[in-house]
Amino acid sequence: MTAADIFRHLKKALAAAVWLAFLTLPIMVIRVDTVEKTVTWRWMHLAYMAAGSFVLALVWNIMLERRDRGQADKDQDGGEGASALARRLADPRLARPLMAFGLLAAAAFPWFFSMYQTNILVSAMIYVVLGLGLNITVGLAGLLDLGYVAFYAVGAYAYALLNYHFHLGFWTVLPLGGILGAFFGLLLGFPVLRLRGDYLAIVTLGFGQIIRLVLENWGEFSFGPSGIANISRPGLFGIPYSVEQATTYIYYIMLGLVLLTIFVTARLKDSRIGRAWLALREDEIACQAMGIDNTRAKLLAFALGATFASLMGVVFAAKTTFINPASFTFMESAMILAIVVLGGMGSVLGVILGALLLMLLPEYMRAFSEYRMLIFGATMVVIMVFRPQGLVRAKRKVYKINVETAG
Amino acid sequence: MAQNQTNQNPEPAVLSVRNVGMSFGGLRALSEVDLDVRPGEVVALIGPNGAGKTTFFNCITGIYTPTEGQVTARPRDGRERRINGMRTNLVCELGMARTFQNIRLFPSMTALENVMIGRHCRTRTGVLGAVLRGAGTRREEQEVVDKSYELLGTVGLKTMANEYARNLPYGAQRRLEIARALATEPFLLLLDEPAAGMNPQETLELKDMVLRIRTQFAVSVLLIEHDMKMVMSLSDRIYVMEYGRVISTGTPKEVSEDPQVIRAYLGEESDA
Ligand SMILES: Nc1ncnc2c1ncn2[C@@H]1O[C@H](COP(=O)(O)OP(=O)(O)OP(=O)(O)O)[C@@H](O)[C@H]1O
Ligand SMILES: [Mg+2]
Repeated sequence: MTAADIFRHLKKALAAAVWLAFLTLPIMVIRVDTVEKTVTWRWMHLAYMAAGSFVLALVWNIMLERRDRGQADKDQDGGEGASALARRLADPRLARPLMAFGLLAAAAFPWFFSMYQTNILVSAMIYVVLGLGLNITVGLAGLLDLGYVAFYAVGAYAYALLNYHFHLGFWTVLPLGGILGAFFGLLLGFPVLRLRGDYLAIVTLGFGQIIRLVLENWGEFSFGPSGIANISRPGLFGIPYSVEQATTYIYYIMLGLVLLTIFVTARLKDSRIGRAWLALREDEIACQAMGIDNTRAKLLAFALGATFASLMGVVFAAKTTFINPASFTFMESAMILAIVVLGGMGSVLGVILGALLLMLLPEYMRAFSEYRMLIFGATMVVIMVFRPQGLVRAKRKVYKINVETAG
Repeated sequence: MAQNQTNQNPEPAVLSVRNVGMSFGGLRALSEVDLDVRPGEVVALIGPNGAGKTTFFNCITGIYTPTEGQVTARPRDGRERRINGMRTNLVCELGMARTFQNIRLFPSMTALENVMIGRHCRTRTGVLGAVLRGAGTRREEQEVVDKSYELLGTVGLKTMANEYARNLPYGAQRRLEIARALATEPFLLLLDEPAAGMNPQETLELKDMVLRIRTQFAVSVLLIEHDMKMVMSLSDRIYVMEYGRVISTGTPKEVSEDPQVIRAYLGEESDA
């Protein structure tokens, strides 16, 4: 960086600081005491304000410029410019032991941490699966679904109601919930086949609201806003267990489901089906002109995404033993979408990291409870500004070519 | 030589278009278009900007449904089928694959993957197969990769197999579109201005490539092109279109001597 650059940055930061100090002058400096009828002028606050904003503005500007320069370099490379860290992580010699270690740590977790911690991790894992499911619809097939939480609700209510009326157990309803989710996915899919982009987003948003409103208002069916309580926990061959043991048990069920979801979505992503979804996302007309049945590809993406959400709904109901419509608001859909976008659309690893970050960060910041949402929001903004492609950029598979046949 | 053959070609046409018309509201983009492509022919469709050439391609590939007329195709199985109004992906599956005037690749997929998409309609793996990845799936997948790689070789892009499509040079992108179309195993290749934006050297190579592809894959070719030198030396027959109508048809020589064509089209092209 040249002296001129430094001078330019300093000037910009100074301007920002002066402007902000001026704007916040009335609230930061002047303090009116209405009882004693005095006015105190706290000039030191102005100095703090100016100094703080000056430093922040300086750092922000320099970081932005470095980011832009970095992007320019990448474009010259012509390659995707995977960072050194990502490249090293992709190396199987490092990735394998790392994964094994992660798995071992996950398996041992409930034995070393409290029930409270285990519960938090179960919630986080539910969102990992929700994120991976939505990643199929949004990340791979490019169909913006803002009503995803509806399928989560379908699974939860399926289990709660079947359990209440027919005393069906968790393990019976889990596959049923999956099938029901797929069915509802198709139900949403059919009417929106011709819609794209914003229009699709609006209709799916409406669909999510409809499901929630039905659950809230159709009292005879769903017990309205008061919800359903005393839902059975998962059965363990008829062996009774305590609440604490239940948490551990659900933790392992969830761990299994997470691994299953990772396996399924990762395999789909690099298959004939996954490629068709990507093509659909990239260019719908070219995709169809190359012989891919758009209708089928779209319906499949909706149905599969919904299946995972519905499965998680069943687990959620079994975990909390109480559900009501308040758990299935638009905020949930937005959160799951944030996980996918922040993690990196289409990247399995990215979505996992995104879910863990977005779920665990607010949880462990309860200590700063007042600033919790502020820090959360700031983190999201910073990530989206500096890594618009998400934490992990989806990389395409490099196929092994059979040299003998290919010549 | 090819011209003499095709003039008395007794074989039935692989594509025959009769009296096709297309209106967008009040705008008449095509009217009374008749066109035939016989087996193994290279047929060119030329005409000034806005004549309706691309619209014609869209009409026969199912992107638009023509408002009048008949389009029939005769795939390799020899059974004639009416295809106007058929869904685009089914037209492709039947064996009519196209490229686009304004390149429509899948930009953030690799060159190889773009070609692999073309193999989609010739392969079968479903969700269950993809997840379980049994021996059959793995064999099919490897076949797709190998065939696609070979097709990249056909258009001279082997070295760029793992490059993202958006990072390829312009000429390479055009050739990649041709490889992707070939991957669907067409009997008829539809090329919309394949030489647009190419330099003379690239255009010359493209011409040789099209002729090579025709014999190697036994396909017929219907192409839209503005480069007159290429059209004249490449095509067996030419159709000239103006204001949505075919105003002349014949061998390159016949067409270039047709006074109507000279007035309508060639008159404004100094190099024809
Ligand atoms: N979807 C559409 N709606 C309305 N008008 C259209 C549509 N598609 C094409 N047209 C009109 O049809 C006419 C023919 O256009 P077309 O793109 O087929 O021309 P072209 O012969 O391919 O020209 P060029 O050589 O520039 O590619 C134009 O007047 C165009 O505006
Ligand atoms: Mg055109």
